[in-house]
Amino acid sequence: MVTRTGVLGVIVRTFVASFLLALAVVVIYPLLWMVLNGFKTNSELFGNPFALPLQVTWENYAKAWNRGVSSYLMTSILVTVTSTIATVFISAWAAYGLTRLQIPFSRTVLALILGGLMLAPAVALIPLVRMFQALGLYNTFWALLILYVAFRIPFTTFLIRAYMVDLPVEIDEAAAVDGAGKARAFWSIVLPMCRPILVSSVILNILFTWNEYLFAMVFTSGGDLQTLPIGLTNLMSKHGTEYPVVFAGMTIAAVPVILLFFLTQKYFVKGLADGVGK
Amino acid sequence: MSAPLRTAPNRTAAAPLPLHAVEAAVRRRRRPRGWAWVAPALLLLGVFVYLPLLQNLQYSVMKWDIYAGGSTFVGLANYEKLVDDPVFWRALFNNSAYAAVSLVCQVFGALLLAALVEGLRSERWRRALRAIYFVPSAISLTVAGLLFYFVYEPELGILNALLRGVGLDTLTQAWLGQEGTAIWAVIAMSQWQGFGYSTLLFAIAIQRIPQDLFDAASLDGVGPIRRFFQVTVPLTREMTGLMIIVTLSGAFQVFNEVMVMTSGGPNNSSQVLVTWLYRMGFGRNDFGYAAAIATVIFVLTLGIALLQLAITRKRRVEW
Repeated sequence: MVTRTGVLGVIVRTFVASFLLALAVVVIYPLLWMVLNGFKTNSELFGNPFALPLQVTWENYAKAWNRGVSSYLMTSILVTVTSTIATVFISAWAAYGLTRLQIPFSRTVLALILGGLMLAPAVALIPLVRMFQALGLYNTFWALLILYVAFRIPFTTFLIRAYMVDLPVEIDEAAAVDGAGKARAFWSIVLPMCRPILVSSVILNILFTWNEYLFAMVFTSGGDLQTLPIGLTNLMSKHGTEYPVVFAGMTIAAVPVILLFFLTQKYFVKGLADGVGK
Repeated sequence: MSAPLRTAPNRTAAAPLPLHAVEAAVRRRRRPRGWAWVAPALLLLGVFVYLPLLQNLQYSVMKWDIYAGGSTFVGLANYEKLVDDPVFWRALFNNSAYAAVSLVCQVFGALLLAALVEGLRSERWRRALRAIYFVPSAISLTVAGLLFYFVYEPELGILNALLRGVGLDTLTQAWLGQEGTAIWAVIAMSQWQGFGYSTLLFAIAIQRIPQDLFDAASLDGVGPIRRFFQVTVPLTREMTGLMIIVTLSGAFQVFNEVMVMTSGGPNNSSQVLVTWLYRMGFGRNDFGYAAAIATVIFVLTLGIALLQLAITRKRRVEW
């Protein structure tokens, strides 16, 4: 955008570039500090905070791993994989019904599904706790699975529906002429064609589930089943004096999503872009 | 549609059914099938989203007796208690402060930042900066909150170390341990965590602006600052509107980072609506009161969402 030539232009451009770089440092440095602190001993940690660790030892990482992080990680993976698959499938089904079939009161149905976008999960918290206690599902894996799916359907349906609307209906009709049923057309024709938005939806849902805190805290606090965010706060309160172990645990929790982001950046950005309207 | 003229003449029994009868039969066959597709989504939403929402309203006019296990109708007593609760007002103020700072940093600041990044000549740098800024948004608020708990730590934290390093020892303090600074320290962390997300979205919006609009403005001798206000700002208005809503709505639902960094302390100075709801509901088992706080959150967030709907509708009419 800055296309002015001359001395002023150079000065302005240099200033802008320095500012952008400084901001990048402000973002990166605390994260780097977190990773490095995982390699330090406790006395090092209370020494010069800008110093590098004296030796690369995986001791803190091993301690964090053995003190619960391994099981938090497994729980997080389990909850994330199951709820993401369920959310994306149920949402894709709904999107197909909304875009391709005749449903009475379809406008109301659409409003009900997308209306969920406007609701804050915290508002439903107290009744949900009592409901899950009554169902006997409080402090179980099922509580989180059901809640994550239910509360993510609106956004995911919104994304997939917007994509399916743009797919020509003639394709399904051609399939119908060939004698394939609706379900077959959905599985073998429409779903594969929606692959880009499905990938984006999966990534966004993984990110949400992996990091979710409120439901995870309220619905699994009493059990031995805890996701990473909750587990980390436990690690913090249990091993309050061994900070390097906590830093190691934080790093273990952060690395997978950062990797996911960098590996799937293209889809990710596309998903975000589609999610906020074309 | 069966106007008399269009009905088929009498046929012999062997003749095929009239077309409209076939269509009606197909429609009847198709109708339950259509429901089957949206049923799972509707069922989950109905039972686990909409029903608890309605129940919350019911809860908020009740007083719960934890020991006897019953509840009695108390009308608006919980709401009256809310109005007289100084911590509730403190929480509302903190959420509003959150909203205001986030609007400045994560909407207007991020738009300007995205314009600066997209104005760079090197595609490689543009991509690298967008990605770097986004990284804090990918890690959870829990990790970011814990990390900044240590950053703000008076003894081993890098913030005080940095201040000491540049000779500003008088400014060093226990950022999260004082009533005056705790919530602001949390809000600052939240900006660090979230600005890259909105910057990325604004960058996408700017990339969608046809390049020839910028070129035309340049040819007319319009400088970069005026180009930002005359081309970038108006043509990213939709994204800006959406980000305002998302940011505002999110600011009134803050929970995770406050819980991790301060738990609402010291002396309730950093409580926000959801942490106060949590404390009242699960700390004191006062479900009715917690539900009343939840209703306030419901009204605020729904109000913000409906406002957005109204604005986008109006704009559609204008176009």
